[in-house]
Amino acid sequence: MIQTIVSTDLPVDEKWQIRKNVLTGGTGKKRICIVTGTHGDELEGQYVCYRLNRMVAEHPEWLDGTLEIYPALNPLGIDSITRGIPGFDLDMNRIFPGAEEGTMAESLVHRLMLDLQGADMVIDIHSSNIFLREIPQVRINVNTADRLVPYAQWLRMDFIWVHEAATVLESTLAHSLNSLGTPVLVVEMGVGMRINHGYCERLVDGILHLMYQMGMWRELPDLSRSPQESIVSGIGGVEFVNAEASGVFLTENRNNELVEQGEEIGCIVSPLTGETLQRVTAPARGLMFTLRAYPVVYEGSLLARIYKM
Amino acid sequence: MKEEIIYSMSSPFRDDFRIRGFRFGEGEKTLAVVGSLRGDEVQQLHTCAQLVKTLQQIEKRKGLTDGVEILVIPSANPFSMNIGKRFWAMDGTDINRMFPGYRLGETTQRIADALFKALQGYQYGVQMASSYVAGCYMPHVKLLHTGYEDIQTAGLFGLPYVCVRQPLPFDTTLLNYNWQIWETKAYSLYGGSNSTLDMQVSREVQSAVVRFMERVGLTVADCRPSAGYRPVVFDESELVCIKAPVSGIFFAFRKAGDMVNEGDLLAHIIHPYKGTVEAVITAPAGGRLFFSSDKFLALQSAPLFKICTA
Repeated sequence: MIQTIVSTDLPVDEKWQIRKNVLTGGTGKKRICIVTGTHGDELEGQYVCYRLNRMVAEHPEWLDGTLEIYPALNPLGIDSITRGIPGFDLDMNRIFPGAEEGTMAESLVHRLMLDLQGADMVIDIHSSNIFLREIPQVRINVNTADRLVPYAQWLRMDFIWVHEAATVLESTLAHSLNSLGTPVLVVEMGVGMRINHGYCERLVDGILHLMYQMGMWRELPDLSRSPQESIVSGIGGVEFVNAEASGVFLTENRNNELVEQGEEIGCIVSPLTGETLQRVTAPARGLMFTLRAYPVVYEGSLLARIYKM
Repeated sequence: MKEEIIYSMSSPFRDDFRIRGFRFGEGEKTLAVVGSLRGDEVQQLHTCAQLVKTLQQIEKRKGLTDGVEILVIPSANPFSMNIGKRFWAMDGTDINRMFPGYRLGETTQRIADALFKALQGYQYGVQMASSYVAGCYMPHVKLLHTGYEDIQTAGLFGLPYVCVRQPLPFDTTLLNYNWQIWETKAYSLYGGSNSTLDMQVSREVQSAVVRFMERVGLTVADCRPSAGYRPVVFDESELVCIKAPVSGIFFAFRKAGDMVNEGDLLAHIIHPYKGTVEAVITAPAGGRLFFSSDKFLALQSAPLFKICTA
């Protein structure tokens, strides 16, 4: 059943709506919410939402509980290829939990929070941005790791990044809901403005597996495409590789590779002079789980992230 | 005056990115002033440019107090301004939400780091800022409540209002917040609208900085500007916010700076197709219009006016 959880008039003959599809089955009381499209340039979640809808349509008898699918938290952004909310300065994922009496965007996320609160699990799907390519991973704040890592393992992603807490991240959807006792797992995979079908299929399997483990899906999904266990990072185990020159980043590497310390992972070149401005090497041996996708770089642009192993 | 490059970075295809600073006097790091961090803060740039001109004149006639050093950085983001974007041209990130910065981090973190290093250690820090809630504002000093904010000295600018904001998590990466944490008395000066240049407001804000300098003893007597205002001090949450009850074409009869009485007509919201008045906006309380939306279209629930009743 399609439900509109937020509907606000735009100035000219249009409503700003956030919709969800509520799918119920069996007698189970548990509720899982799949949310995506916070950033308008991230599209991987669209495929996942589509496939989950299809799975339930094909096998309604396997669902025991409520699956709620929110494909577009930022519909104006997705429709206009805008990362944020068009016409609003702040990143939508930096204004949670919002405020009823705040700006329109703050009031909107406040209503969204009320709708999500109380779910047994929320999966918040992101796909990095247009600049970086990510392997399928779950990101968890260290303060919630004990509680959430076991759930994250059921998603069977390649990597679980337990990262340090930062005050500014307290205004994300995940932090806000986790603080209220509603568990949220943040999934990152792929690259902005594109859909990697393989990654999405794996996440669909993972979500169904999580639901199976939570007693919400009666059929154990085929997990042959996924690892038996995700690699879980320790705090401080991730090395960031940033550009030290401005130019064009060229690489033959792919992410999800084990790289050796000192191994060349790409170079930054000057198209004007033909010079190699920087040979980019791995600062440590480990799993390269992030790799630059957009070639033009400035000093400081993130090129790769490596989990030290 | 000494002109210097505070930070430079090569670009893949454009000219080098440069942050330029103008230093006056020699001695204790006393006052740092920063103009535009965003590409649409033209008024903030202009105000700083005028301040540079004024400080040159003051310095020429030996009007600066001995032993003080003043740094003015009119723009920390010429790249965005030159191509008409508010945020960092490459990735849309906001330099003013990257403080204290990180030397080994992403591009705008590095810019923030270099800028913050240049700005640290000053007794007073002034930022010509703009709000994420776009519209027209009465000239005012804004302070984030960090426990280190100095409301008394904020009044020395002589602007009509001093506004204190309770910081949200996303405010903790602002320059004003971090300046305070690093023991600089920090003030953000607002006035007018984004992407416009209101010469009167610009002059008022520039005069406020000169007044402040005089009052904290950075200049000698012959630079004395007008007395300015005895400011009204309030918490941002005390403003009476009037939101749009419906969406439509916004037709305002009053604007920021106007005094209004309870019940006064402020605006109409007009149906975009039929031309009928869908909402009559009146003042729920008397006071000064501190903020007015400068959009021609109103979104339902968006703030249209804020009244200072103090």
